[in-house]
Amino acid sequence: MGDSQYSFSLTTFSPSGKLVQIEHALTAVGSGQTSLGIKASNGVVIATEKKLPSILVDEASVQKIQILTPNIGVVYSGMGPDSRVLVRKSRKQAEQYHRLYKEPIPVTQLVRETAAVMQEFTQSGGVRPFGVSLLVAGYDDKGPQLYQVDPSGSYFSWKASAMGKNVSNAKTFLEKRYTDDMELDDAVHTAILTLKEGFEGQISGKNIEIGIISADKKFRVLTPSEIEDYLQEVE
Amino acid sequence: MSIFEYNGSALVAMVGKNCFAIASDRRLGVQLQTIATDFQRIYNIHPKLFIGLSGLASDAQTLYQRLVFRHKLYELREERNMKPETFASLVSAIQYEKRFGPYFCQPVIAGLGDDDKPFICTMDAIGAKELAKDFVVAGTASESLYGACEAMFKPDMEAEELFETISQALLSSVDRDCLSGWGGHVYVVTPMEVTEKILKGRMD
Repeated sequence: MGDSQYSFSLTTFSPSGKLVQIEHALTAVGSGQTSLGIKASNGVVIATEKKLPSILVDEASVQKIQILTPNIGVVYSGMGPDSRVLVRKSRKQAEQYHRLYKEPIPVTQLVRETAAVMQEFTQSGGVRPFGVSLLVAGYDDKGPQLYQVDPSGSYFSWKASAMGKNVSNAKTFLEKRYTDDMELDDAVHTAILTLKEGFEGQISGKNIEIGIISADKKFRVLTPSEIEDYLQEVE
Repeated sequence: MSIFEYNGSALVAMVGKNCFAIASDRRLGVQLQTIATDFQRIYNIHPKLFIGLSGLASDAQTLYQRLVFRHKLYELREERNMKPETFASLVSAIQYEKRFGPYFCQPVIAGLGDDDKPFICTMDAIGAKELAKDFVVAGTASESLYGACEAMFKPDMEAEELFETISQALLSSVDRDCLSGWGGHVYVVTPMEVTEKILKGRMD
């Protein structure tokens, strides 16, 4: 990638052994809107704030939570356009796997390949790292899974995690609230409460997005009215 | 003479009750001359998955090596064995990659899938899969094999009876084909164990 004048990598080591570009990418993630995910015993939920720059924006047209395969969904914190590139590449990789093996791609494999793409962009000529961290939620033969993928290309499996602006408060809240035998509905309530902690303004079905996958292995994004129902249950 | 008849081969796989059997002849020839009488056509990919490759022997060996390579990497990455259905899709894809310069092989795949359910299939040289519930055949003796299997096959045979049936079908068919024979090699696979037997037939 890049023309001959930029065939060297722009991400280079500092004397302290850090890749400064990746640190800056993580800062970009840290200033993005909060998103979080919780793995329940029978499913996974991912959620994010959907703060739009103006009331004139048509919020129904904005969708931050994306589906990668029928049983895997993803949410990001950081730069939206960067996440779109990754979603596109991941979808293609999932389809290629399916074309070869006629089997749905296991969540771990898709996460690994997406992370490999992100790592490539820290070691190629003329490109910069992605300014997003992804939370990948899926349900396959190994059960419900939640992975976080960082701009460096490292990935971790989480029981519950948060990213973005309010990350430390959100993680503390999740640490207190998380139980191993939580069911999906409880997890959705916990997710909403966690988002509420750092939310500026009035939370509603229109300014947050929630995606769930349960044992039926079908990922779906909740409609604003379904979110309103959960919000009322939480009140 | 067709390239598929250069070396000569006979392959058959049959489904039984929670088990399967896969059998091949043992002759390797160069047209009319017999070179080897102990040639291996059936390979073991993992304990519950076998593939037999008929047709041109050098392509069969190369294709086998490629498949083992792919399976080993899959096992390392996914930390599990490939299901037979998945493996069949992989073989089909690899063959179709060479659509305009194919491997001159007809594979026969047999394995135990989820819940140890027996799975067999065959495909042509460019990867057209043919799933069957009862038996599949391949090789120069395939026409005789079709007849013999159709006549002798019964559904839900136990391992012992399945072994007898597949052995009789193989031996009687290769006797009608000058390019295959010189004994038989039979694997009977149940969820518990794999049995390998060598048959002595008409050694010509």
